[in-house]
Amino acid sequence: MTDPQPLLSLRGVSTHYGAIQVLRDIDLEIHAGEVVCLLGGNASGKTTMLKTILGYVVPTRGEVLLDGRRITGLPTQRLVGLGVSMVPENRRLFKRMTVRENLEMGCYLRNDSEEVAKDFERVFALFPRVRQRFGQRAGTLSGGEQQMVAMARALMARPKVLLMDEPSMGLAPVLVEQNFEIIREINEQGTTVFVVEQNATMALSIADRGYVLQTGRIVLSGTAESLLSDQRMRTAYLGEL
Amino acid sequence: MTTVVEAPAAAVGSRVVMIGLVGGAVAVFVSANGMVEAFSERELLDGLTLGAVLLLSIPLLVGYVAGRRQPELEGFATRPPGWRNPATGLLAGFISGVTIGAFVLLIATVDLRGVLLNVTPELVRDDPRILTFGLEPGAGAGLLVGLFAVLGGLAGAIQVLPDLWRRAVLAAVGWVLAFGLMQAVVSQVLRGLQQQLRIWTEPLADFLYDTSGALSIAGITVVAVLGFCLQLLGSRKPRALVNARLERLTDRSRRIVRVAVLAAALLLLGLLPQVLGSFLSEVLNIAGIFLLMALGLNIVVGFAGLLDLGYVAFFAVGAYTTALLTSPQSSLGVGWIFWLAVPFVVLAAAVAGLLVGTPVLRMRGDYLAIVTLGFGEIARLLFLSDWLKPTFGGAQGIIQVGDITVGPVGVRTPQAFFYVIFVFVLLAAYATYALQDSRIGRAWMAMREDESVAEAMGVDIVTAKLSAFIVGAVLAGFGGALFATKIGSVFPHSFNVIVSITVLVVIIVGGMASVPGVVLGTMVLVGLPELLREFEEYRFLIYGALLIFMMLRRPEGFIPSKRRAEELHEEEIAQDEWLKTQDTGSRPEPGSRPEPGSRPEPS
Repeated sequence: MTDPQPLLSLRGVSTHYGAIQVLRDIDLEIHAGEVVCLLGGNASGKTTMLKTILGYVVPTRGEVLLDGRRITGLPTQRLVGLGVSMVPENRRLFKRMTVRENLEMGCYLRNDSEEVAKDFERVFALFPRVRQRFGQRAGTLSGGEQQMVAMARALMARPKVLLMDEPSMGLAPVLVEQNFEIIREINEQGTTVFVVEQNATMALSIADRGYVLQTGRIVLSGTAESLLSDQRMRTAYLGEL
Repeated sequence: MTTVVEAPAAAVGSRVVMIGLVGGAVAVFVSANGMVEAFSERELLDGLTLGAVLLLSIPLLVGYVAGRRQPELEGFATRPPGWRNPATGLLAGFISGVTIGAFVLLIATVDLRGVLLNVTPELVRDDPRILTFGLEPGAGAGLLVGLFAVLGGLAGAIQVLPDLWRRAVLAAVGWVLAFGLMQAVVSQVLRGLQQQLRIWTEPLADFLYDTSGALSIAGITVVAVLGFCLQLLGSRKPRALVNARLERLTDRSRRIVRVAVLAAALLLLGLLPQVLGSFLSEVLNIAGIFLLMALGLNIVVGFAGLLDLGYVAFFAVGAYTTALLTSPQSSLGVGWIFWLAVPFVVLAAAVAGLLVGTPVLRMRGDYLAIVTLGFGEIARLLFLSDWLKPTFGGAQGIIQVGDITVGPVGVRTPQAFFYVIFVFVLLAAYATYALQDSRIGRAWMAMREDESVAEAMGVDIVTAKLSAFIVGAVLAGFGGALFATKIGSVFPHSFNVIVSITVLVVIIVGGMASVPGVVLGTMVLVGLPELLREFEEYRFLIYGALLIFMMLRRPEGFIPSKRRAEELHEEEIAQDEWLKTQDTGSRPEPGSRPEPGSRPEPS
């Protein structure tokens, strides 16, 4: 990539849980306007990478940069204000609150009520179902609807970069496909997206670039096409022999 | 043709036997733990003591529950009410009666006092033979069996009545019991009304109650008829009427109505302590102080979801701060007026909130509960300690806490004190409503749901938690300040864990996160025990029983917030929705529906 300054980058990041090293010397770059995916099996360190970016855990070495600014060690609640939003694994909606209240939590820090109103319209256009369920408690929605609300909630912060943790988890195959189409649409509207996924085929079908994580180390990276055609990739993740 | 699908007879039978045995066990329990005897000091209804009423209410309950119509189920037809309802009631009552009868014979022959201290000879052996209504054990046991069976059958028969009439009968019974129990309140109110408003009400009290304070036969009749008729007439139609009227009004006139209602309520509350007299006002004041604390804890537990079991610490801090600053006898010896001390109460409580809140920032759920429980005890022990004795007076506490003054006038009577407490409670209630809809209220709610996701939304967890602790602490501090000045002295032993537990039970039973619920919970759990001194010894037994009942039957509390009610009955609501969709669709077997007449009206 020739772009001088990535939107979000990790430089030499290592993260430990106590004595156990989970991430080893990670270098990763996400440029504005891209969809980047992070692939990897169970326990490869995918979620920890997100947690490190979001400040839930502090890396033992290396740094995380947002727009060239060092955000390593910043408290989590500061990041949404800087333009980093997350769709957590398993949605994790505020189940006892209404859809409306969930979305309002998404723009908790924003004061620009006119712009917020526009963003409500924007997410309604993306997810018509969210409008239908607006007054309903989030816990009563179906899994697919919850995923939509989780994405809508994250978008309400009007993020520069959207982090998504396993958006396909627990969804029916039809819904997974829909889901990824919406992710692509979100990206086309100008939001940079970083998707962490196990479903490599699906993720690579919409991504510009991808990284493959194995036991805490990036073992493979490149454009989506190059990864899709990579022999190691095909055997390990795409289920071909 | 209706297909009647019935539960197997054996299942029905075992259910009745079960209910009967449970009733019997309860009867034995209240007899053996001394409740019946303790309550027989007081005559409740003409010729019947409270103890007898307690004992005899058991077969009524048992018969009523056992005789209940089977719940309506899809695919099952409800059997129309008939002789089976009183019969099952009678059978269950009989089983309870046999159980208590056997207990009577047992304690007549074997002395159980070595094990059960409250099984006194007066129960059965010696006069007045409370359990057997004065009869010899053998005859008495027989009488009990008969009485229990008859009462069970009668209660079961209530189930035969159409819904409207059944409710009216229940209302009549409820009214009689309430008027009997609340004799002191009712006659005081009637007397107070006459004194204050010059209405002719005092003779009414003499009419309702005889000289011993029991509801007279005439009184029972009047109250029962009143309850019966009011229930018949008043079941929801007037309310619907009023609501419909309100709907039709314009926004402006609706607001006028609302203001008028509010003004009338305030006026009534203003008159209340005068009518109630000093004893009842005192009861209200005690309840008011607990209400203040409950509203505070409601913010901590109900809104922010932080289970704080050491809440009494803040109450103590408020009380001791007030005592230190207003008592000329305290170590500071400044003897300020109450209002001057209030800002310091706020400050001290806020600092205490920070002190407790900060170390537990990272704790959740059970761990938080245990640690705060410890903090509560630490606070009490600090006030008691020799180390801080020069400041807080150790076990001797601080006496001569200053009175509240309004201008030059001291607030000394309970009636005057009521207004002060009322202002504080109003403030707390307003704060609760304001916070509920505020930004921080939202943040608390989100934090209660999912702390780390809330953090990712930009909620500062540290601020949110500490502010919840501080708001709760300040309200409890106010409670403590009022408590100290009302009693006139503070001692460490007033601030034990029971206070924390009571406040917590109040908000659980009343309805978490709901102000009307908290108010009702305080009145029932704090106010009532003050009125019904007979229950004092059994207060925590009743609390426990009530808690268990509530958790089983109504976990959202008496008056829940709408949100919690929905959460806890999610499945039922979903089921109703599903049934609705089924109702509109075609049915495979229309014959399996119950006859329209047997379908109970929706309650």
